[in-house]
Amino acid sequence: MGQVRDEEIGEPVAALGAAEPTSTIIGRTPWQIFWMRFRKDRVAVGAGVFLIALALLAITAPLIAHDLVHHDPNALFRDTLDEIGLPTVGPSAEFWFGVDTSGRDVFVRTIYGARTSLLVALLSTGFAVVLGILLGSLAGYLGGWVDTVVSRAIDLTLSLPVLLFSIGIAATCSITAEGCLGGLIQPGISLVTAIIALFTWPYIGRIVRGQVLTIRNKEFIEAARAMGAGTGRILLRDVLPNLAAPIIVYGTLIIPSNILFEAALSFLGVGIPPTTPSWGRMISDAARGQLYTVAWWMLFFPGMALVLTTLAFNLVGDGLRDALDPRTQVSG
Amino acid sequence: MIRYIVRRLLWVLVTLLLITFLTYLIFFVMPPVHPEVIFAGKQPTPELVAEVRRQFGLDKPVVIQYALFVKRIFLGDEYGWPGLGFSFNTRSALKPIIYERFLITLQLALGAAVLWLVVGVPIGILSALRPRSILDRLAMGFALFGVSTPVFFLGPVMLYVFWFKLGWLPGSGFYSIAKYGVGTWFVHMIMPWSVLALAFAAFYARMTRGNLIEVMGEDYIRTARAKGLPERTVVAKHGLRASLTPVVTMLGLDLGGLLGGALITETVFNLQGLGNYAVQSVFSGDLYAILDVTIIAAFAVTLANLIVDIVYAFLDPRVRYT
Repeated sequence: MGQVRDEEIGEPVAALGAAEPTSTIIGRTPWQIFWMRFRKDRVAVGAGVFLIALALLAITAPLIAHDLVHHDPNALFRDTLDEIGLPTVGPSAEFWFGVDTSGRDVFVRTIYGARTSLLVALLSTGFAVVLGILLGSLAGYLGGWVDTVVSRAIDLTLSLPVLLFSIGIAATCSITAEGCLGGLIQPGISLVTAIIALFTWPYIGRIVRGQVLTIRNKEFIEAARAMGAGTGRILLRDVLPNLAAPIIVYGTLIIPSNILFEAALSFLGVGIPPTTPSWGRMISDAARGQLYTVAWWMLFFPGMALVLTTLAFNLVGDGLRDALDPRTQVSG
Repeated sequence: MIRYIVRRLLWVLVTLLLITFLTYLIFFVMPPVHPEVIFAGKQPTPELVAEVRRQFGLDKPVVIQYALFVKRIFLGDEYGWPGLGFSFNTRSALKPIIYERFLITLQLALGAAVLWLVVGVPIGILSALRPRSILDRLAMGFALFGVSTPVFFLGPVMLYVFWFKLGWLPGSGFYSIAKYGVGTWFVHMIMPWSVLALAFAAFYARMTRGNLIEVMGEDYIRTARAKGLPERTVVAKHGLRASLTPVVTMLGLDLGGLLGGALITETVFNLQGLGNYAVQSVFSGDLYAILDVTIIAAFAVTLANLIVDIVYAFLDPRVRYT
């Protein structure tokens, strides 16, 4: 194993050395080493490029819809439906991904769906990570009753029937327009984001707590404390920087499961309002009454968008893990 | 060990109480529409609502309501033990409904578990024995695809291909053994089992592979090889034993999680299991039904956790309980 690793690092050093004959040994920060390793993982880089393209598509969706395709996501093209309301137009020059049962453009709704999917997944993962870091590091560092409460909360949340609770909360909070918790959480995207964050922070919290426990008693923490640093400063300046790698890896790997989480809620018909295009709801529209037997495109395009996006995030996450974990060998 | 089990059992009890309390809060306290209004029907008269309120004890403070609810579960109600209450929708006892639906969920979960073990674990073993071979790459590609494909997309796609286009398998719906015979039941379950099992199979393949690769690098494997054991024995007797312990753990937890209902698989294939029932109950506001399914789901998960931890102590002598 040692030999393989020497070769891994030795090769680029030699290459750089040829360019700069004066020095053959260069100091590298851990991030440079990470980038060198990640760059070599072609699959992960490809997936990353796909995700950047998808994000651009999502950001420019209104422009594409309005100026390129000339179809708005909720515009109804009634003439594309037959007399009993079934879509008759499949993928074609006018409607690239066909039309759905309301006569709406499936292509435009699919790229708008990327906005919903990415927005909810990234926001909810962000909240979950922040909450997980906060509670996890406090629990791990302070110990005592704080640790007991946080750990029990983590255990409890992880043993809840998550999907059932989620649709329950989503349905409850969507009955009236005011939402719930005194109007703090509004129905729609913010509600779904809050629900997903609520059920995913324990995954981050548990990892952060474990990591903090292992470095809490290291000498450099003791040194910081001896120099008079307070809890907040030690956590921010000494503990957290050491947790960057696992947080990045697990944060990235939670994104795809949160994308599927949002899609599952939309599929079950709770959370995102029907006028906001979302892949989960598009799939459920296609599945209702086995409509896909008439209009396969209604199922295929949003479904493939969902699978490819999830797959890409998983690939990037795996790549980050391999590149950031010094113990894994880079697969050739 | 005994002390440990007792303490864990107490924690199971506490968890269940907390989960039921959370469920109670979410479904009885949080909604802006009161439960008695839902139960009183389409055109509730104020008298009817008041009567329902009194009858179900909804006029009492929340904590008292909850205490009464817990008491009914443990001590039984007019429909017997455990007291699962009354359905707002069918206006009948929930116990027989829940029982019947639980059996369907059980058939789905067990069949899928057999399938994902039979598919996932061998793939993981083969991959681990030849890392970076073509087989390994294909298998891990399949695994990544499996964890990225949601049931609610795969299900309709399978139905489209194998039922609608090819006609090899029947469409959705549940056909019980008692009524339709084993053959009809089996062919109708093939797609639900496969769709539910795919993501699990993928996950188990990845996990088995990772564990086995790690174990095969251990010193005792080198020792086993050095003393001249055939490779087959080394893998089967020394490698697998250690690497399959986490698989057993996961199996317990996953099965526990599924027994509360595979919500989406049951919805996609129109199987009248607990998950499907829970979804319908949420939308129709059948509150006691939701509470019951939640309790069963939570109970299954916490119990599975407990069993797994105890089994672990026997499988892995390094684990010590204090």
